[in-house]
Amino acid sequence: MTLGRLSWDAIPFDQPIIMGTSAVIGLGILAILALVTYKGWWPYLWREWITSVDHKRIGVMYVLLALVMLVRGFADAIMMRTQLALAAGGAQGYLPPEHYDQIFSAHGTIMIFFVAMPFVVGLMNFAVPLQLGIRDVAFPVLNNVSFWLTAAGVLLVNLSLFVGEFARTGWLAYPPLSEIAYSPGVGVDYYLWSLQIAGLGTLLSGINLTTTILKMRAPGMRYSRMPVFCWTALASNLLIVAAFPILTATFAMLLLDRYCGFHFFTNDAGGNPMMYINLIWIWGHPEVYILILPAFGVFSEVVATFSGKPLFGYRSMVMATMAICVLSFVVWLHHFFTMGAGANVNAFFGVATMIIAVPTGVKVFNWLFTMYGGRIRFSVPMYWTIGFIVTFVIGGMTGVLMAIPPADFVLHNSLFLIAHFHNTAIGGVVFGVLAGYTYWFPKAFGFTLNERLGKAIFWCWFIGFYLAFMPLYVLGLMGATRRMQHYSELSWKPWMMVAFCGAVLIFIGIALTVVQLIVSIRQRNLHRDRTGDAWAGRTLEWSVPSPPPAWNFARLPLVESTDAFWVAKQRQNENARAPADAYTSVHIPRSNPTGIFLAFFAVIYGFAMIWHIFWLAIAALIGGLLVGLIQAWRPEREIEITPQEILVYEARATGGAA
Amino acid sequence: MTSAELVGGDGHAVPFSEQGPAPKQVVVGYGFWLFLLSDIIIFAALFAAYAVLSGAVAGGPSGPELFDRQRVFTETMCLLASSVTCGFGSIAVQRRNQALAYFWMTATLVLGALFLKQEVAEFSAMVALGAGPSRSAFLSAFYTLVGTHGMHVTVGLAWLIVMLAQLATLGFQPMVQRRFFCFALFWHALDIVWIGVFTIVYLGAH
Repeated sequence: MTLGRLSWDAIPFDQPIIMGTSAVIGLGILAILALVTYKGWWPYLWREWITSVDHKRIGVMYVLLALVMLVRGFADAIMMRTQLALAAGGAQGYLPPEHYDQIFSAHGTIMIFFVAMPFVVGLMNFAVPLQLGIRDVAFPVLNNVSFWLTAAGVLLVNLSLFVGEFARTGWLAYPPLSEIAYSPGVGVDYYLWSLQIAGLGTLLSGINLTTTILKMRAPGMRYSRMPVFCWTALASNLLIVAAFPILTATFAMLLLDRYCGFHFFTNDAGGNPMMYINLIWIWGHPEVYILILPAFGVFSEVVATFSGKPLFGYRSMVMATMAICVLSFVVWLHHFFTMGAGANVNAFFGVATMIIAVPTGVKVFNWLFTMYGGRIRFSVPMYWTIGFIVTFVIGGMTGVLMAIPPADFVLHNSLFLIAHFHNTAIGGVVFGVLAGYTYWFPKAFGFTLNERLGKAIFWCWFIGFYLAFMPLYVLGLMGATRRMQHYSELSWKPWMMVAFCGAVLIFIGIALTVVQLIVSIRQRNLHRDRTGDAWAGRTLEWSVPSPPPAWNFARLPLVESTDAFWVAKQRQNENARAPADAYTSVHIPRSNPTGIFLAFFAVIYGFAMIWHIFWLAIAALIGGLLVGLIQAWRPEREIEITPQEILVYEARATGGAA
Repeated sequence: MTSAELVGGDGHAVPFSEQGPAPKQVVVGYGFWLFLLSDIIIFAALFAAYAVLSGAVAGGPSGPELFDRQRVFTETMCLLASSVTCGFGSIAVQRRNQALAYFWMTATLVLGALFLKQEVAEFSAMVALGAGPSRSAFLSAFYTLVGTHGMHVTVGLAWLIVMLAQLATLGFQPMVQRRFFCFALFWHALDIVWIGVFTIVYLGAH
């Protein structure tokens, strides 16, 4: 068997939905590749993007990846909502159970790992070095490797759509269901390998950004002068470094169970499935904060900028962030109060969970007091921020409600829980990353996004969210459970219909995001920002031209306070525009193809392991090793940017502003 | 380093946190420390799994019946000695003494390989007794914890061979020196993990 378990049977020819989708995706990819080839864009893309080690480019690629995967994850969502709007009483809907199970598993997996994570990592990658006043992250080549490993995971998870199947186990693949005895197919293997590969990328990116923030700030930027977004990024990346290895170890144990007959989590031979549940949530709860803390950071930047005031309670904001960072590790058990831990343990974790509401509450009041007395500009990022504050408070309160173990015994595994975490995930993370996307877009590309469409997108998401998820709270209290493909209780149907309408509204919001991008690019000359300071910003990223040059800062800024750029502007201190003779040569790293080659072999390795083609897996490992060796012998040559080149660039940038 | 003595415009020493980006060797070392921390968290998860499953022998052999403490002790001594030679090797790299660097690093390589040889012998003897990893949850956890350490040692040995080749072809370039530094950190971290394995798995077997 040279091809392991792979055969033509792996392709679901009998499933029109899957084959149709696959055909559309395949044609779409072919069309894009053909266009790029026809236009002769490959050399440019290869040089300037694919092999780029510039943190800004890598950040943009992360965000693009997240937006594409948002469409995929949302397609799963609206399929589920459609099914549930139909499948009441005698009607069975259009999705058979085994397909429905794959869809909800893929939806959760994709939205967390391949939408929220790359979006958040992308924003941090883009903004953190600029805010810190430095030229790049600590390890630029590693940054590119991290991105491509994430992309490799994305490719594998999408491959499962038309070669084989995806897991039917829910997004965390609890054993014993995910063990080989009960999930003998390749679905769980797709899940495990794509997340192992993407998780490695995330870990490396976490190490990179933590090192950057702790060791590479501009002169004068002591910790108490760092922008709050950098603080939240620090907390988030510390959590990545501390939590993702647990995920890797846990998945490795499950893989050993599945591939080598080990007994970590099996029912027989002394295995302990509850250990998996504990381990996965010891990663899983910090993961929630890995996603939400940078979103809090975005809101902090936005609310200060658009209120024209320094952030209220900077120090309390930092303390709250770090408190959440630590507390996030002592609440994991609240995800399974009902699974037999006993009253005292449940009480501890219930109380710990409620305590997290305190620093979060501090943050909410800080944002409100920042707005109080400010001259607020109601621009799109501010819409997201206000929408977030309202929505997130509701989500937080339902969370505190479920932190009470007796209440959780009633609500566990119901649609109430689904409503709660979407309330925080959409109202917090999605609103946050979309605010950040709108806020930093002009920095990345030199023009702002269309404002009218931006507001329309906000209202679609905002109203769509309430329509889609408020009924789920009600349904949960009425007894509707999660992960059900059909229900016999007809009185639930009207609520399900409302939820479906909400999903449609969100769909319009997502479609308008694409429209907004196209319209804004076409109107770019109308909305061009030649000052580099599109929003009257406060932090250092707004002190450089938009888009910033590859070297970010011709001279590293000297930081003397928080809101360094705002203070410099107040003093009329043209700190960034130094006299010509002050420039010295800048060295920036060369672009490097190691990342894309490693990702290539990672995809082959993952695919080979999923299908038990072990010779190919070994070949891919050897390929990856060779790429590593070539990188090890690559000389450390950097590109030198001479003062003349900087001068020419600056003249063009400032000339444009005049 | 002179950076600690930097003086600001007003005559006061500039605090460490305000001195701007750290030099590359500091950044690389720091990043590698963070990587090691994350690696140690992987081991923490495996230790936790071992602690939970160590009694789950499922009617099969238990630790005391299988472990040969004599062998494990020699094994441990090999690894600890390799840390000492690695330390001397690091000093030689720092002083750019090629001959001594080769000598001590080769000694590290040999001692590491001896450690690995005894581990492989232990595993194959256990498997021959029918005590393979799929016999019980206890043995699954044992092989995974000890084997993951062994895998790290294997990777470390491969890395060391690459570093010796880099020394031969590139000499003491700054990048080669930084990598030797990271290798030394890695090697000592494996020692620390092994102390945990030796204490909890072998001495703690009951």
